[in-house]
Amino acid sequence: MDMIDFRSATLVILTIAFCGLIIWAWSPKRKQAFKQAAEIVLEDDLKTQNNKESQT
Amino acid sequence: MSNHETYDDKVIRQFAVITVVWGIIGMLVGVVIAAQLLLPVLNFDIAWLSYGRLRPLHTNAVIFAFGGSGLFATSYYCVQRTCHTRLFMPKLAAFTFWGWTAIIIAAVITLPLGITQGKEYAELEWPIDIAIAVVWVSYAIVFFGTIAKRKVKHIYVANWFFGAFILTIAVLHIINNLAIPVTWTKSYPIYSGAVDAMVQWWYGHNAVGFFLTAGFLGMMYYFVPKQAGRPIFSYRLSVVHFWALISIYMWAGPHHLHYTSLPDWVQSVGMVFSLILLAPSWGGMINGMMTLSGAWHKLRTDPILKMMIVALSFYGMSTFEGPMMSIKTVNALSHYTDWTIGHVHAGALGWVALMTIASIYSLLPRIYGKTEMYSIKLIDVHFWVATIGVVLYIASMWIAGVMQGLMWRAFNDDGTLTYTFIESLSATYPYYAIRLFGGVLFLAGMFVMAYNVYKTIKGVKVEPVLVPQPA
Repeated sequence: MDMIDFRSATLVILTIAFCGLIIWAWSPKRKQAFKQAAEIVLEDDLKTQNNKESQT
Repeated sequence: MSNHETYDDKVIRQFAVITVVWGIIGMLVGVVIAAQLLLPVLNFDIAWLSYGRLRPLHTNAVIFAFGGSGLFATSYYCVQRTCHTRLFMPKLAAFTFWGWTAIIIAAVITLPLGITQGKEYAELEWPIDIAIAVVWVSYAIVFFGTIAKRKVKHIYVANWFFGAFILTIAVLHIINNLAIPVTWTKSYPIYSGAVDAMVQWWYGHNAVGFFLTAGFLGMMYYFVPKQAGRPIFSYRLSVVHFWALISIYMWAGPHHLHYTSLPDWVQSVGMVFSLILLAPSWGGMINGMMTLSGAWHKLRTDPILKMMIVALSFYGMSTFEGPMMSIKTVNALSHYTDWTIGHVHAGALGWVALMTIASIYSLLPRIYGKTEMYSIKLIDVHFWVATIGVVLYIASMWIAGVMQGLMWRAFNDDGTLTYTFIESLSATYPYYAIRLFGGVLFLAGMFVMAYNVYKTIKGVKVEPVLVPQPA
């Protein structure tokens, strides 16, 4: 395999990988899990406040 | 209560406070060298205070001391809060604070003495480089160890960015600093010629890409949603943003070496990857900004949020400017001029510093058991002073840079140069004055911050924060 084949193959593989990533990220199956993941940042604050309330 | 696990916040408090201290010192040195360019007499004929020695001190202090400490503080906070667990090996985390601080002090001593490897952003000599590697590996152990013992199944996207930053900087630092020591204060790189240049700018640009971008995007993905009280605009976009950004950034380095002895095709690869980088960069910027969609009114009352959105705007601006400047024909005009300095500061002051400052304002009250900073009004003052400072800085450097580029390439009909170099320099003088003023404003903002931080944390007795128990 010469360099040109190698470069072409790399381009094709990376393009497929990128498309795969998009399909994976946007698949309806992942939607709920991602929604939960995004909430992690906010969740934490509430629990800390609850802890504070329980301390007093 | 005693059987409850508590978060390890002491090291975060240490890093957060020292971030402000290093910010003031690093930016003060920046102001001094900006003043020297205007009034060369300000080096007082003392070698230690000469521009060539203070400039690397400035870059090291703002990038690694100010930015680095900010990243340590925010990543240790983010990883604990999003993993619902205490730091892995807290003693090692404490070591990263003292080790990192000692390294910076070593830089403050050795750089003015003229002890340097002469590699941009990798000036520190080999004994300090080894110390950096040790501290950095410790950082990686603490960070990834914390992720490994997490109680939350999913690894939040900010941690991916922090993780990529930590891992890549370890690789970059070690490979670029491979050198043969001659004495305790002198070494020679194992690379030579064009290979040395390529390794240096592979390192240099990825220091921008992973230290100054991926790390601070981690900060953005945690603190923007946190401050806005809303989840990130699109979590799916953040996943694509992460993978696209880290896989493309790695190849953009050669744009620092356009029209040099680097092979032409390598220059073209660097240019093409730099252009593609626009897509993930803007994807990330839009994701951050749109987090406020439906809650824009918060910008009216929350100067921290305002600072974050302006930081993201500067991020978008400099990641548009960067790809444009990497185009060879544009680079032929911009390279070696002050346009580059303007571009760097649009990113460094506008994006990195403002995001760090805003995140520290958001973080500090939380780790000191308060609800907000001592004065919101002073945060607003800081926001305006800093923003005006950045705008003056970059606008003056754009004008100066384009002017220099045009003057240097102007030819007479007989093929001689139209302008001497000194003519371009004297034409730049007024812009150096405006730049100095912009820098002074930005530094002044840091003093306002220091006062606000002092008043916030003075006399506070901190209560440990409990780790949430799994339901």
